[in-house]
Amino acid sequence: MKDRKSLVAVVLIVIVAIATTGTSSARTTSHRGGTLKLLANAAGGTLDPQVNYTLQYWQLYQATYDGLLAFQKAGGAAAFNVVPDLASNYKITNGGKRWVFTLRKGVKFSNGQPVTANDVVASFRRIFKVKSPTAGGFYNGIVGASKCLKTPATCTLAGGIAGKGNTVTINLTAPDAEFKYKLAVPHASILPANAPPNDAGSTPIPGTGAYYFSSYDSNKQLVMKRNPYFHVWSQAAQPDGYPDQITQSFGLTVEAQVTAVENGQADWGYDFPPADRLNELGTKYAAQTHLTPLTAFWYAPMNVNIPPFTSLKARQAVNYAIDRNALIKIFGGPKLATPSCQVLPPGFPGNKPYCPYTKNPGTTWTAPDVAKAKQLVNESGQKGAKVVVISANDEVQKAVGVYLASVLNEIGFKATEKAISGNIAFTYPQNTKNHVQINVQQWYQDYPAASDFLHILFGCESFHPGSDSSINMAGFCNKPINAEMNKALKQEVTSFPKANAMWAKIDRQVTDQAPMATMFTPKHLDFVSKRVGNFVFSKQFYWLVDQSWVQ
Amino acid sequence: MVDEVLAPAGGDLVVAAAGPWQLARRRLLRNRVALVMAAMLAVIVALCLCAPLYAHHIAHVDPFRSNLDGTTIVNGKRVPVMVQSTQGLGLGVTPIGPTWDVHHYFLGADEQGRDVAARLLYGGRNSLLIGTSAALITCFLAVLIGVVAGFFGGLVDGILSRFLDLIWAFPVYLLAISLSTVLIARGISFGPFHLTSGSLLLPITIIGLVYIPYVARPVRGEVLSIRRREFVEAAIGLGASNWRLLWSDVLPNVITTVIVLFPLMLAIDMLTEAALSFLSIGVQAPKASWGTIILDGQDVLYTRPAVALAPGIAIALTVLALNVLGDGIRDALDPRAKLRRTDGE
Repeated sequence: MKDRKSLVAVVLIVIVAIATTGTSSARTTSHRGGTLKLLANAAGGTLDPQVNYTLQYWQLYQATYDGLLAFQKAGGAAAFNVVPDLASNYKITNGGKRWVFTLRKGVKFSNGQPVTANDVVASFRRIFKVKSPTAGGFYNGIVGASKCLKTPATCTLAGGIAGKGNTVTINLTAPDAEFKYKLAVPHASILPANAPPNDAGSTPIPGTGAYYFSSYDSNKQLVMKRNPYFHVWSQAAQPDGYPDQITQSFGLTVEAQVTAVENGQADWGYDFPPADRLNELGTKYAAQTHLTPLTAFWYAPMNVNIPPFTSLKARQAVNYAIDRNALIKIFGGPKLATPSCQVLPPGFPGNKPYCPYTKNPGTTWTAPDVAKAKQLVNESGQKGAKVVVISANDEVQKAVGVYLASVLNEIGFKATEKAISGNIAFTYPQNTKNHVQINVQQWYQDYPAASDFLHILFGCESFHPGSDSSINMAGFCNKPINAEMNKALKQEVTSFPKANAMWAKIDRQVTDQAPMATMFTPKHLDFVSKRVGNFVFSKQFYWLVDQSWVQ
Repeated sequence: MVDEVLAPAGGDLVVAAAGPWQLARRRLLRNRVALVMAAMLAVIVALCLCAPLYAHHIAHVDPFRSNLDGTTIVNGKRVPVMVQSTQGLGLGVTPIGPTWDVHHYFLGADEQGRDVAARLLYGGRNSLLIGTSAALITCFLAVLIGVVAGFFGGLVDGILSRFLDLIWAFPVYLLAISLSTVLIARGISFGPFHLTSGSLLLPITIIGLVYIPYVARPVRGEVLSIRRREFVEAAIGLGASNWRLLWSDVLPNVITTVIVLFPLMLAIDMLTEAALSFLSIGVQAPKASWGTIILDGQDVLYTRPAVALAPGIAIALTVLALNVLGDGIRDALDPRAKLRRTDGE
C-alpha cells in the first residue's frame, strides 16, 4: 500500500514536472515574435562596433556582435562575469602574457560566412586601422600595438596575434589582469575579415549575434532583425532573443518619447525622461518604471593647468561649496541619485566610502561648507577670477551647469555658463586648445575595474594636450599618484583584492587633490510600455533589450 | 504756415499756425489706441527699471542665484521652493507655482528655484536694452549708408547697394543664428576691443547689423526722391555744399521715415533677441532675458507653464505696444498714408 502510494506520488510528480516544463516552454515560445519599438532623440553616430563609443549603441551591440569573450547576459552583478563567447575556452600562459583561445565551431556571421581564426586576427588589426577610440587605451598592450598606433593603415600586429586552425594566440607585452574585460567590450567584436578597413559609418557590418542590423538611416530609424544563421552556443554569452524585430526611431523630443511610451505607440525611450514628467511616471506609471543604481558618477573636471583651478585651494573650494542635495534635485530627487565626493562609485571594486568635502568630513556627504569654500578662495588668491562653466545643452546638464556657475559666483569667482551641443560636449572639453576651465561630465564604467575610473580619467597616460581624445579632461598628471596607479595595475595580475585596497588609497589621494568635483552617483530610469515583459537589467550594458518580450 | 483748422469748445473756428512736429504730436495725442499702447509700454519699461527694487526690497531674493534648497511662505506656512514628490516611486521635484503674493514667489519658481517674477523684470531690462540699442545701431548705420548711397549715387551707390543686397540675400534669422553661433563661443576681438562671449554687446551688435538693409533701403529710396525735388535743385543752384544739402535739406526729410521705422525695428529686434536667447546663443546665463526665461520654462512646461508663459506674454504685450505705437507715429507724421490706406489705394 505504502509502495503504491509512493508510486502514485512519483507518477504525479513526473506528470506535474512534464506539464510545468511544457507550459513554461509554451509560454516562452508564445512570447517570441513582434517588434520592439525603441525611440531616441538622435542617432548615436557611426554604427561601426569598433568605433562607436556610446551607451546608445553598445546596448544594442549586445544582441548583434560577439567577441572572443563576453560579459554574461544576466541581471544584476552577474553581468560583470566574463564568459567565453566565440572562444569555447582559453588559457593564459607565459606569466600572463600569452592568451590562447580555441574558437567554437559552426558559428556564422549574419551573411552566412563562417567565423574563422582569420576573421579574429583581422578584427584585432582593424581596431587599430579604424582608429578605435580605445585602441591606445585598451589594446596598446598587444605586441606590435605601438607600431599600429603610429601607422594604423599598415597595422599587422606582427608577433601580437596569430591564428592557426581554430586557435588564436594573443601575445601581450606585459601581463594585464583587465585584458579579459577589454576583450568583452564591443570594440573587440569579431567581424568578417573583409570588413572595410575604415569607419563603416552607417553601413551595417555583419555580426554573429542573435540579431543583425538590416538598415540604418541616422535621420530616421535603425532596424535589427533576427540573424538567420544564429544558434545558441552559450546561453550565458549570447542567448536567443524574444522580439522578431527591434527598431530604434530617431527625432522625437524626450517629452514626445515619454508620451509615445505612455500611449503604447513605442516601448522605450533612450533619453532620460524630462524632470517635469518624473512625478507622473512615478505615480501613474510606477509599474512600468524601472530604477537601477549605476556604477557611474557625475562630476565636474577642473582644468588644473588653467587658472583659477591651477590652485588646489580653488579646486577644493568648489568641492566644499557644492550642495549635492541641490544637484540631486535637478536630477529628479533622492530616489534617482545619491550624493558623492569620491571617484569610485558605491559597490564598485576598490570603493571605500570617503568624503572630505562636507560639513562633517567622514565617509558620507551631509551638507556644503560654503564658509570654508569662501575662505579657501580667498587664500588661493583667485578671488574674482573669470570662470566659464561648459555643459551640454540638454535639460539636466545645462541646469547643472547653471547651478555650478551660481555656486562659483557665490564663493567669489565671476562665473558664466555656456551650454554647447551634446554632439561635442564630450570631445570639446578634452582638447586643451579650447581652454575649458570646468565642465559637466558623467562617466559610466566600461568594465568593472577601479582603473577604468581612476587611471582612465586621472592618469598621465590619458592626458594628450591638443587632442580631442584626451579623456583626462582635468589635465591631471600627478607623478607619484600615477606611479601608484601603475603599481596597482601590476598588482591586479596576482591579486585583485590587494590591488583594490591600493585603488581605495589612490581614490582618496585623487579626491584630496580635487582635479574634479564629484557630484552624485546616478540611478538609471527605464520607462517601458505596458506590453514589455521580462525586463532584465545588466549592470554592465543596462537593459538587455532582446531579452524582453512584447507579446 | 497755415496748416490746420481746429474747432475749440466755444464752436468758433480758429485758424491755428503750427509746425509739422507740433501737428504730428497733436495727431498722435488724438490717437487713443496709440496712447493706450504708449502707456502700457511705459508701465512695462518702468516695472523693468524697478527690478532691483522688487528683488531686494519686496521679494528679498537674488534672481541670479540657484535656490534649490530654499524655502518660502505660502498662506503663512513655510514650504520648500522645490517640492519633492512623495507619491508612488517618489520621483521628480517640482518648483513652486505662482503664489500671487508679491513678497513670496509671485509667479512661482523656475527649475533652479529662482523667483520667476524677479527674473522677469531683470530679463525685461536686458531684452529692452538689447532691443533699443540694436535698433539705434540699425537706424544710425542704415541712415548713414542710405543717405550716402542715395545722395551720391553712381559708384558709391552701386557698392553700398550691393553690400546691402549681400546682407539682404541671407534669411535674417539664419544670418543672426550663424553669427551668434560662431561668435558666442569666444567673443569678438577687434584690435584693442574685445567683446567676451557673455557680454550683452555681442547680441546687440549682431542684431543691430543684420537688420541694416531693412532700414537703409527705404532711406535710400527716400533720399533718391528728395534729391530730385525742386527745393534741393534750388539749393544746388544757389551753390550749397554737399554737407549743407545733406544736413539741412535731405536729413530732416528722411528722419520721419526713421522715426516711423524705429519702434517697429525695436519690436523686431526684441523678437530676434528672444529667439537667439531661446536657442542659447543670445544672452548667456546667469544673465536673464525674456528669451532665456522661456528657455528655462521649457524644462518645466508640463508642470509649471507660468515660467514660460509669463515672459511670452511680456514679449507679446511689448511688441504689440510698439507696433501699434509705430503705426500711430506713422499716421501722425504722414497723415496722407492713412488716407491712402483708408481709400484702399
